[in-house]
Amino acid sequence: MLSHELSANQIKEKIVKREITAQEVVEDLFEWINLMEPLIKAYLYLDKDGALLKAKEIDKKLSNGDKVGLLAGIPVAFKDNICTAGMKTTCGSKILENFIPPYDAFVVKRIKEEDAIIIGKTNLDEFAMGSSNENSAFHITRNPWNTDCIPGGSGGGAAAAVTADMAFMALGSDTGGSVRQPSAFCGNVGCKPTYGRVSRYGLVAFASSLDQIGSVTKDVSDAALLLQVVSGHDGFDSTSATVGVPDYISDIDSVDGNLRIGVPKEFFGEGLNPEVGSAVMDALEIYKRNGAELVDLSLPHCGYAVATYYIIATAEASSNLARYDGVRYGHRSQLSEDNIIDMYSRVRAEGFGSEVKRRILFGNYVLSAGFYEAYYLKASKVRNLIKNDFEDAFKKVDCIISPTCPTPAFRIGEKITDPLQMYLSDIYTIPANLVGIPGISVPCGFTNTGLPIGMQILGKHFDEEKILKVAKLFENETDFHLKKPELN
Amino acid sequence: MDISVKEIEHIANLSRITLAVDEKNIFAKQLTNILDYIEKLNELDTDDVQPMAYATSLKNVFREDELKSSFSRQEILELSPSSANGFFKVPKVIE
Repeated sequence: MLSHELSANQIKEKIVKREITAQEVVEDLFEWINLMEPLIKAYLYLDKDGALLKAKEIDKKLSNGDKVGLLAGIPVAFKDNICTAGMKTTCGSKILENFIPPYDAFVVKRIKEEDAIIIGKTNLDEFAMGSSNENSAFHITRNPWNTDCIPGGSGGGAAAAVTADMAFMALGSDTGGSVRQPSAFCGNVGCKPTYGRVSRYGLVAFASSLDQIGSVTKDVSDAALLLQVVSGHDGFDSTSATVGVPDYISDIDSVDGNLRIGVPKEFFGEGLNPEVGSAVMDALEIYKRNGAELVDLSLPHCGYAVATYYIIATAEASSNLARYDGVRYGHRSQLSEDNIIDMYSRVRAEGFGSEVKRRILFGNYVLSAGFYEAYYLKASKVRNLIKNDFEDAFKKVDCIISPTCPTPAFRIGEKITDPLQMYLSDIYTIPANLVGIPGISVPCGFTNTGLPIGMQILGKHFDEEKILKVAKLFENETDFHLKKPELN
Repeated sequence: MDISVKEIEHIANLSRITLAVDEKNIFAKQLTNILDYIEKLNELDTDDVQPMAYATSLKNVFREDELKSSFSRQEILELSPSSANGFFKVPKVIE
């Protein structure tokens, strides 16, 4: 097996045991990336020189017998809306095309401290707004399982890179499913922790009450490892939680014998692709054989989640994206500037793509005088009803299992002209963001055309430990996570 | 409810985005579709429901008011597309 095909935990073990050097791992990885990248186009930026430098540093530490970090020698990629000091961070947008942040995001700082190697920045829908990667201002990333299909969004670049063995693990952001949905479409493990579990400092803001940093990995143990490193309180993000971080790694194989799994009927109804539905039902049978009790549930307000989300997310985005004015950083129009309002309006017209403009317009519409109560306030109230649904459910069950997405990956161009249809592909992932609970998508099957299917496990606030264990139990019983696309 | 081209022009101005004529027409149609979908929230009676702004129970988070180091003026101005004499440069705003 070539080194880039191994999991993050496996490669780290080999590096730490000196069976392979970090430098060899990075050289092999970039050789593979050079072959695959023209086909997949997962990256917006690659830093081979920086990666080799860091690799040599780790090799030196190891040969000196120095202590190394939890992620020693593991090549990691970041979605390009996470700030990396001295490395371009574009958000997939023309407006930040040449932006080089002067500081590292909290999660970047943490993985550096643990001796990971940063290899580059992955493609995304502009400002993480989209479900297909087609909204990137630079290029479309392709699904490694079928290059005519989208990899999902907004973190499609990260998911495609991990699936195609072009990164061992990646960090992204999940505002309405942007880690879980592409992970389901590309067949890897995508984990969105509880709101506040991981600091958002240095994550470019989209919708601040929904945004959360999450991991894209080859298996569940890798997710536990990465989450262990990036979780915890950070004074630079006042919404980051002070709740203690448990050990996600050591006991991952020990699930309670009397596990109760909620199966919400609203997630198995109209609009669900039958192949996806039956793969998830088969997965539930595996849990049942392993002693879990399946509990039929209703989350009656989840049918309103997408409508609620598109009011709240666009309202917050319209405020967050007001900062792109061409003054302090980013794009500045080359046209003449008679007055400052025209300058702002030109900068934003030239710098933002259609989906971002659409969401800013819609967000300002729902917040504007006369409409606030009918839309934003209404949505904030429905959000509470959805939260109550989950609180009631978690009185009866330990976790909830559903499909991650209603369909497998769709074809490039299939939904791009109909924004509403695109939004509906996030119908099962959005509730977790509105409520703030953790969720993980794990591969649970393939369609007969060979596209991966993802299963979503949702847990209580700050119960990442449980959903990781539940995910690991399934992984121990199946081999879907080991399947790789044929790339040549 | 329909969003008219005139309303699109109004919110485009609020949003500080110049739109081309064809963009206005497309956005009017697309936002009308999205608004139609969102109207389904009116099926729910929410008179007695409290609004929820955040998914956490955090209230105000305070910290000590301590002096800490930050970026230099030079580092920050280097990010700007237009600066002069230690300031950001913009079109004249005061007559």
